[in-house]
Amino acid sequence: MAALALREKAILLDEEALGRALRRMAHEIVERHAGTRGLLLVGIRRRGVPLARRMAREIEAFEAVAPPIGELDITLYRDDLTTKHEHPQVGRTHMPENPAGKSIVLVDDVLYTGRTVRAALDALVDLGRPAQIQLAVLIDRGHRELPIRADYVGKNVPTAKREVVEVRLHEIDGRDEVALLEPGGGPGTR
Amino acid sequence: MLAGGGSVCDLDALDAPDIGAVLDTSESMAEVLCRPIPRVPALRGRTVMLLFYEASTRTRHSFELACKALGADSLTLSAATSSVAKGESLRDTMRTAAAMGADLVVLRHPASGAAHYAAALGLVPVLNAGDGTHAHPTQALLDLFAVRRRTGRLEGLRVCIVGDILHSRVARSSAAAFVKMGAALTLCGPPTLLPRAAGPALGAAVEYDLGAALRGADVVMVLRLQHERHDDGAGGLPSLGEYRRGWGIDAGRLLRHCPGALLLHPGPVNRGAELSDEVLDLPGAVVQDQVAAGVAVRMALLYRILEGGRGAE
Repeated sequence: MAALALREKAILLDEEALGRALRRMAHEIVERHAGTRGLLLVGIRRRGVPLARRMAREIEAFEAVAPPIGELDITLYRDDLTTKHEHPQVGRTHMPENPAGKSIVLVDDVLYTGRTVRAALDALVDLGRPAQIQLAVLIDRGHRELPIRADYVGKNVPTAKREVVEVRLHEIDGRDEVALLEPGGGPGTR
Repeated sequence: MLAGGGSVCDLDALDAPDIGAVLDTSESMAEVLCRPIPRVPALRGRTVMLLFYEASTRTRHSFELACKALGADSLTLSAATSSVAKGESLRDTMRTAAAMGADLVVLRHPASGAAHYAAALGLVPVLNAGDGTHAHPTQALLDLFAVRRRTGRLEGLRVCIVGDILHSRVARSSAAAFVKMGAALTLCGPPTLLPRAAGPALGAAVEYDLGAALRGADVVMVLRLQHERHDDGAGGLPSLGEYRRGWGIDAGRLLRHCPGALLLHPGPVNRGAELSDEVLDLPGAVVQDQVAAGVAVRMALLYRILEGGRGAE
């Protein structure tokens, strides 16, 4: 499959807006949980992990307690590998403590079809029986294929299916921003 | 080169980055095995047929565990209790496997080249679980994995393989794998069981004196004396007493020449033959690590082969 050339259509969040969105979500999480007791933030690999870490730092800044962070790799739970890479890279799952009985907030960068979250729910439940699972995403771009919704959203963005939302984070990509890309434009297209 | 649902008959087609990737996946699989419920649905609905024409404990059971942990269905067919005992050929048994909908056949066979033959039929991809004196790729990978977990690296390690090199598919596969990953390899054994030509063929040094071979080694892999493959009676094996005196591994020899070295043995151990009893209790003995590593590594290979195969659909 030849890679489609993608053109940047818009910047949905710049560094400041991204930071503000995370700060607001951190506040909402603490408000809804009435504190941080029993709270466990679980980032979905890859970009959910740094996002969870940052929200934990925000929470520590105003609650003086940082909730523990888990890292979840869901490759072995996916149902859409066919459409991904030929050799899926299996990452490591790491939980700082047993998720059983915890109030878990799953963190991911983009909520789209809901299939990643479905896989993450299966993976989490296999690790123990959490008291509750909520979902926090930086971008909700619609087009759900499963009955899944987010409890905390950084920004809702109506998109077309052919468009691509790209979340770039300092820890992985060297800068903070969210871009909306669309096919066409660049060299390599006809 | 595991793409396209291809067979894995030996490690020839895998280069160092490929092997590194399999070992990394094995780390993730090892984490799965530590969970309260060591099970993921990655290969749900896939059927793996374990076709064993030769006795095996570790390899067969670890493949079975690996299938279970990935949610695949496994069917075990051992030659002694199947129609193979009635004279069914390997080709017809492979046809049967295909007709039963097997997505992969894991094959253990006494004839060297059996895996290549079965794979070349083009019916079902084959993962070699040991063929004659040719190759045992999953054993080699689990050796690498067990060592890498203890030492954190493979490159630059001094590895010594001791024993019946001539009859050992483990030696052949593991030697090739360690050399590919940048280890410095020495082979040691009685001249009758270690042809000098094995050195250049495997990219290793050949040393007939055990003390000299062990000196400064980071890893010592001891092979099993394979009585069942010495079909010509003596089979090039000097008397057991002579073998023990010259090439038997005991704690004294290990501590004198390479204290702190890891000790590997593919199992099953002939206590008192190639290894003395007490060495298995040394802190460097990682024989049990190897068994645990076997499940993780086989999960990684099953996953890579069967998931790679899905891409083409």
